[in-house]
Amino acid sequence: MGLLSKKNKEALNTPLFKENPVTVQVLGICSALAVTSKLEPAIVMGLSVTIIVAMANVIISLIRNTIPMRIRIIVQLVVVAALVTLVSEVLKAFAYDVSVQLSVYIGLIITNCILMGRLEAFAMQNKPWPSFLDGIGNGVGYAMILVIVAFFREFFGTGALLGFQIIPESFYEAGYMNNGLMLMTPAAFILIACIVWFQRAKDKSLQEK
Amino acid sequence: MKFLRNYIDKIKPNFEEGGKLHAFRSLFDGFETFLFVPNDTSKSGVNIHDAIDSKRIMSLVVIALIPSLLLGMYNIGLQNAIAAGTVETTTWFSMFLYGLVVTLPKIAVAYIVGLGIEFTVAQWKKEEIHEGFLVSGILIPMIVPVGCPLWVLALATAFAVIFAKEVFGGTGMNIVNVALIARAFIFFAYPQVISGDSVWVATESICGLGSDVTVDGYTCATALQNVANGAAPVGATGELLTSCDMIFGFMPGSIGETSVVAIALGAMLLLFTGVASWKTMLSVFVGGIAMSLLFQHTMPENPVAQIPFWQHIILGGFCFGAVFMATDPVTSARTEVGKYIYGFGIGAMAILIRVMNPGYPEGMMLAILLMNVVAPFIDYCVVQSNVNARAKRVTKKN
Repeated sequence: MGLLSKKNKEALNTPLFKENPVTVQVLGICSALAVTSKLEPAIVMGLSVTIIVAMANVIISLIRNTIPMRIRIIVQLVVVAALVTLVSEVLKAFAYDVSVQLSVYIGLIITNCILMGRLEAFAMQNKPWPSFLDGIGNGVGYAMILVIVAFFREFFGTGALLGFQIIPESFYEAGYMNNGLMLMTPAAFILIACIVWFQRAKDKSLQEK
Repeated sequence: MKFLRNYIDKIKPNFEEGGKLHAFRSLFDGFETFLFVPNDTSKSGVNIHDAIDSKRIMSLVVIALIPSLLLGMYNIGLQNAIAAGTVETTTWFSMFLYGLVVTLPKIAVAYIVGLGIEFTVAQWKKEEIHEGFLVSGILIPMIVPVGCPLWVLALATAFAVIFAKEVFGGTGMNIVNVALIARAFIFFAYPQVISGDSVWVATESICGLGSDVTVDGYTCATALQNVANGAAPVGATGELLTSCDMIFGFMPGSIGETSVVAIALGAMLLLFTGVASWKTMLSVFVGGIAMSLLFQHTMPENPVAQIPFWQHIILGGFCFGAVFMATDPVTSARTEVGKYIYGFGIGAMAILIRVMNPGYPEGMMLAILLMNVVAPFIDYCVVQSNVNARAKRVTKKN
């Protein structure tokens, strides 16, 4: 079996679009609303989740045959909690500002449904390499939505991207104003809804009968 | 009329399947049914024949809105003249003309953007054009301050039509009031153009009409804002507003909302023709009065709670909301008992927001939107309690 056989490719690709954790499975919405008012924390959050899902998937997949079925949730939680703590410490050490902006949401990755969902649904039944790809796929699928939402929220809400002013001063003098709604949480709902709308319009198989 | 009919019949083939102007089918259809009663009848099933259809209802509401709009236009000119200090030298007619010139672009923008989206959607989905925007298009300019920029108005209209109406399935399917969503969008996205004290009075002359206000950064708050800031309800002249001013609407405020008399005229038409429900309208006022009396006696320190209940009713958008927004048959409760609960909730909630939330001097918009969302639940409860009561009666008999 090749490293990127058809099945493995599927594990990587489906969560990006067809089984996207945010827009199709509607998981991890809470953090998608909370950290997307600026692009930078959204990128960091997406990256952290990607790393944690991939690592947790690999670890659980490695020990999947030794985990007693009755306490598997506890074992999964311990693994995820350890990884989250690691990521949180690394962020505090090397990107303190961002970790302050993300505040509790890094810690709350533990409760992110995407993690437990992938561990239960995939890592418990599959070998480490496909599990790793599945974790990367889901993490990137999540990060992608976060970045798209954060892009629109920061651009229209503050006229900047990653903190750099994009919309020139002359626009403001001509009467342009930043859209305050974009900085509020409801805007994330509306934007995610738009993405879901767009995706469903493109992919007929996602539409309910 | 005959001439018009003949002309429409002559150009009709162009818009039918295969005609060269087929792309504008919905546009043509919309105008034809606007001008003439549609000629086709239902082919099957039981039908109710009624002289009034939704297009006629919409036209009635638009007619009912005209007094408020006209008085609002005059008021814009008046406030401008007061700000510039030229009240004595300006005739009432030029004040009105100034208001007309200021208001017309807003109405045009709302209609062009809203109808543009409606026509596009109708064409795209191959449906008949919905007539619902006829009312929303005139309501939206009437509930914004005169200082609201046109591009913001266009954006808000587009947002409201797409997200409050079309995604739910178009006219008659929306769960919240479209015009109020447009206002709420401006309220949250661009708070600087819809609140504060520099947007309520037009300060520039246009085409020789009106006067330039020479004071830099002229500011004038609405009466409710003044009260919320702990001052007395004063008007643009700095003097205390008389009850007469409040009732006729000669005070700063959104374009259509200030005049109680004009709104009352519209209300009479709506009630007389049965378009609006008197139950909803009445209970909004009852709710508002009850809540303001309650606050007046329980919160002696709060300045907003201390203005008399009748001022609560005639200031701000209370009357306008009660008459034109709360009674919207699509978004209000449908059951007869539900209408009382729904109306009472709006009135009470509006005063609650005014009094308890220092950030929002006016609560009518949020109150109506909230009750719009709750309305289906009220209906459900009313219907269920009726079902239960009847079930009980049956089991008792047996």
